[in-house]
Amino acid sequence: MIKILDLKKSFGKEEVLKGLNLTIQEGEITVILGRSGAGKSILLKHIIGITKPDSGKIFVNGDEITSMTEKQLDRIRVNFGMLFQEGALFDSLSVWENVAFPLVERERSPRAEIKKRVAKKIEQVELTGMEDKMPSELSWGMKKRVGLARALVTNPKIVLFDEPTSGLDPITEKSITELIRKTHETEKITYVIISHNIKFALAVADKIAMLHNGKIYAEGTPAQFEKSKDSLISGYVSGNLNEVTHG
Amino acid sequence: MFRMPSLVLDWISEKVLHLGRITLLFVDAVRWGILPPYRIKNILRQMDFVGTKSLSIIIVTGAFTGMVLALHGYLTFRHFNAESLVGATVAVGMAREMGPVIAAIMVVGRVGSAMAAEIGTMRITEQIDALTSMSINPVQYLVVPRIIAGTTMMPILASVFSLAGFVASYFISVFVLNISGGDFIYHVHDLLEMKDYTNGLVKPVFFGFFLTLIGCYYGYYATGGAEGIGKATTRAVVVASVTVIVSDYILSAIMFK
Repeated sequence: MIKILDLKKSFGKEEVLKGLNLTIQEGEITVILGRSGAGKSILLKHIIGITKPDSGKIFVNGDEITSMTEKQLDRIRVNFGMLFQEGALFDSLSVWENVAFPLVERERSPRAEIKKRVAKKIEQVELTGMEDKMPSELSWGMKKRVGLARALVTNPKIVLFDEPTSGLDPITEKSITELIRKTHETEKITYVIISHNIKFALAVADKIAMLHNGKIYAEGTPAQFEKSKDSLISGYVSGNLNEVTHG
Repeated sequence: MFRMPSLVLDWISEKVLHLGRITLLFVDAVRWGILPPYRIKNILRQMDFVGTKSLSIIIVTGAFTGMVLALHGYLTFRHFNAESLVGATVAVGMAREMGPVIAAIMVVGRVGSAMAAEIGTMRITEQIDALTSMSINPVQYLVVPRIIAGTTMMPILASVFSLAGFVASYFISVFVLNISGGDFIYHVHDLLEMKDYTNGLVKPVFFGFFLTLIGCYYGYYATGGAEGIGKATTRAVVVASVTVIVSDYILSAIMFK
């Protein structure tokens, strides 16, 4: 379980997170929904300890991480996998090497085991046969698939997704959505997804938390969001951006 | 009216900020360099990039530097009938100054810029965050191997530069300028001291350290998109070149007094 208490973060004079509170349940898919620039990516980087807050606390499975040293954080991060918005694949490594990277560099697993685990994950994201391709030869959607395989290869307990469907055409978006659902069904691990895509959120989430004005504005199941009479939420669900902006 | 002092203060505070951050990066690199795991493969890969892959450019520039020194030395010394001193002048100049400094400037251009651009791209495309998310310390993985490679490879490159310059100056002196080969070597043997060579080996250790630390620093703290990477690369080259020249004077003043 991840518990975020009164999280605040500013960049210069701009206050991005203004006392955010959120609890993310184990084994669920939680989608943090919000407009571009709402501070979603920053929130995700706080959860994995890449960014330090100005104040507030974050508990990951009971451990308070905001006051930890890098060495202590590394022990916590072993439980995480993360899919970055643009994949963040290493340019100089092939698909296979990218997926194998955490096993080779962090876990230093035996070669035979690495081969087995990497092959399984590459198959799971439906990229068998693409192992020798370089990131520059891949489409946007393929990069996300490789990123997902890399995030899952260490069998993490929590996986963080930064805008997994951004920049994708509708068909690739659908296939990534299905892939996320499918991998979650197999693994039953905690997925924390940030997205501005309401259609995607309604399709995959067990729970949606809406980030607005630096705080969690509303939380609920997709069904509750769809039925909500709140002008801001209904504006978001209906795609009426004017209502969202001024709500 | 009051803008000038504020601009100066901004300039000073920016420089102090850079100095503070680069010092912290250095301290971090030392700390993570000592702690396991030791990434031998990464270090060897960087040594190959800094050392082996710089060899051709170092040999070419070293040879032409030696040739031009021999030519100018000849044109000056012939007024005193002292043409045979050309070899000794080139050898001492190469071992003490030209080898370490010009080789370092060449490596700044090739390696320092590449490090700033590569690490800068990794920063901007979140590859450094990806390393952190995998519990792999980016300073240990990216910065430490580069600094080790720069510090160990630079003395070898400076020696190769000096040697290429000396050999080229011998050929120009003997076969083009008709200086006696025996006299050329005799004066080199007479005037070149071991200290010239050993001190010339110490300087590149510092230059290699500075240029890799500065290259990594500007890449590591790069912001913005392509423009940010461009700025980081330019700054890395300019600052590293100036640092090599300034530190050369300080090191020379200490070593050759």
